Amino acid sequence: MKVLVTVKEVAEVEEDFELDGLRVADQYLDYDLNEWDEYAVEEAVQIAEESDDDVEVVAVTIGPERSEETIRMALAKGVDRAVRVWDDALDGVDLLDVGAKTRLLSAVVEDEDPDLVLTGVQANDDSFGATGVSLASAIDFEWAAVVNALDLDADGGVANVRRELEGGVEELTEVDLPAVLTIQTGINEPRYASLRGIRQAQSKEIKPLALSDLGLDAAAVESDLVLTDVYEPETESAATYFEGDAGEQAAELATVLREKGVGAQ
Amino acid sequence: MSDVLAVVEHRRGSLRDVSFELVTAGADLVGDTGGDLHLAVIGGDVDAFAEELSLAGVDAIHTVAEGDEFNHDVSVQAVAALSEELDPTYVLMGNTVNGLDYAPAVAERLDLPLVTDAIGLQNDGGLVVTREMYASKVESTVEVDADRAAVTVRPGEWDAAEEPGEPAVEAFSFDLNESLVRSRVTGFEEVGSGDVDIADADVLVSVGRGIEEEENIELVRELADALGATLSSSRPIVDNGWLPKDRQVGQSGKVVTPKFYIAIGISGAVQHVAGMKGAENIVAINTDPDAPIFDIADYGIVGDLFEVVPELIEQFE
Ligand SMILES: Cc1cc2nc3c(=O)[nH]c(=O)nc-3n(C[C@H](O)[C@H](O)[C@H](O)COP(=O)(O)OP(=O)(O)OC[C@H]3O[C@@H](n4cnc5c(N)ncnc54)[C@H](O)[C@@H]3O)c2cc1C
Ligand SMILES: Nc1ncnc2c1ncn2[C@@H]1O[C@H](COP(=O)(O)O)[C@@H](O)[C@H]1O
Repeated sequence: MKVLVTVKEVAEVEEDFELDGLRVADQYLDYDLNEWDEYAVEEAVQIAEESDDDVEVVAVTIGPERSEETIRMALAKGVDRAVRVWDDALDGVDLLDVGAKTRLLSAVVEDEDPDLVLTGVQANDDSFGATGVSLASAIDFEWAAVVNALDLDADGGVANVRRELEGGVEELTEVDLPAVLTIQTGINEPRYASLRGIRQAQSKEIKPLALSDLGLDAAAVESDLVLTDVYEPETESAATYFEGDAGEQAAELATVLREKGVGAQ
Repeated sequence: MSDVLAVVEHRRGSLRDVSFELVTAGADLVGDTGGDLHLAVIGGDVDAFAEELSLAGVDAIHTVAEGDEFNHDVSVQAVAALSEELDPTYVLMGNTVNGLDYAPAVAERLDLPLVTDAIGLQNDGGLVVTREMYASKVESTVEVDADRAAVTVRPGEWDAAEEPGEPAVEAFSFDLNESLVRSRVTGFEEVGSGDVDIADADVLVSVGRGIEEEENIELVRELADALGATLSSSRPIVDNGWLPKDRQVGQSGKVVTPKFYIAIGISGAVQHVAGMKGAENIVAINTDPDAPIFDIADYGIVGDLFEVVPELIEQFE
């Protein structure tokens, strides 16, 4: 069996930052593996560990060379090998939309022929929350979104999942395999990479693939969405701020709380 | 002219709030282009839902009597069939958990560009969508460079439509391809409450990822004790196993409306805010003056929780 996990290196914006055209200036960005993908990676690795059969876990990312460092963390946690899609045609793209990502990832699925694909619910930078389900539709896999429990019955050809709905309600669903599942945080406890894992990851393969390697051309990354503006939202805050040092701030808040009957014995 | 097809949502016998917000967003989008606003109601008691959705601005409601509860395979097929018939300019859906489960497949299947989690829509000559990036620290506008599009809207951003109207209600039938219904909903479960129900609390001291380490939870627990308050949290704290699931506030946790909600080291992500924006008084303690939590706070302290919280505890000892 083969499990394909999609992983994205995402940027987090520092507290103080400046914009540079349609992006946040690079010096204010910290890169890390997308939080949701960490849980997807852990889930895939656990499936491989718990299976009696041979399960290969392959990670795929669409990202520039810089992202290899981040992707290697997934390899250190037990992913067997990785594929990295990048191309000059992607270099100047401001917004890689869901359609474009779907075309690229579909081509990788065709190459790899997995039985199960795990993605994160959302990427924490541009937060489309859509890539997994869009991919499923394109490759004609069944799917389930926002999965917070997974019980895989590979022989029976189904995945029994829980989908986390709003308001503390969970939906129990049977999903036919092959499937794409979008993984929600909290489904497991992502492990830390061991020293041995980190060492082993150095010799694991991260295979670079250009569009032509996937039988695609530049048209595959053309998007119907154009990012036209990026800006800091006006603060809508109407809050009363307490100033001063921590002691003064706390004292003022305490006064308000007491006035309103909180903590008044 | 822009025709809009908006797909409403229901669960366990009731229409969800987002359905009425979709009517408002859809009516805005049709605007004065002379187009029509169509609603799709798929599954459940479609006739009762159609009656409830007979609102001003809606031109036609298409009912698809197929199943009781949401099934994404059915929804995708139904919306695709309806779109073929109506040829809408825009397909509008909710950015809800079920929206996440079918909207991308609708877009892919109809070959429509997809913009998700819209907080603003503008339609003059082309569609321009406002959305957030980087955990709400940045806003962006996205122009759709195509004739048609699929869009999901953020729940709670548009007012719920209320004014009654008289749309045409039509049953829509299509040939459901059963062999493509490859998932089955077998039940629902409520996440149980433990010894405390945070929804009952008058005062909640709520802790987020700013707390950094499990040991540090004790600090906010002390504050909660000093105030006679109940301890709750944002999602990462529960994901890490530092507090039980029944302490989670937010979209997928509990909705709370205490007299005081004290958010400590919580950024104010939309899914968190969905669970606490109804609190009477909101206090935010955060090092980041631009954290979105301050947008809905009544009282703010820009500061380090590790300095402010001990001082606050002292005030109440
Ligand atoms: C489908 C779905 C459902 C979700 N449901 C929920 C839900 O029900 N509830 C929920 O909470 N989230 C939910 N989320 C997750 C949500 O998107 C956010 O990831 C989460 O709310 C972030 O939690 P946080 O604010 O604690 O952490 P962060 O966003 O990491 O914020 C931490 C904050 O702490 C501040 N901070 C850091 N250090 C200090 C310090 N020393 N002193 C003071 N402040 C400090 C930082 O400035 C920052 O603002 C959901 C997400 C999805 C996709
Ligand atoms: N550039 C990318 N490379 C690989 N996977 C991605 C990429 N972008 C998104 N994904 C996957 O799709 C999920 C949802 O992302 P999104 O739809 O962009 O919010 C992420 O959690 C990833 O697993």
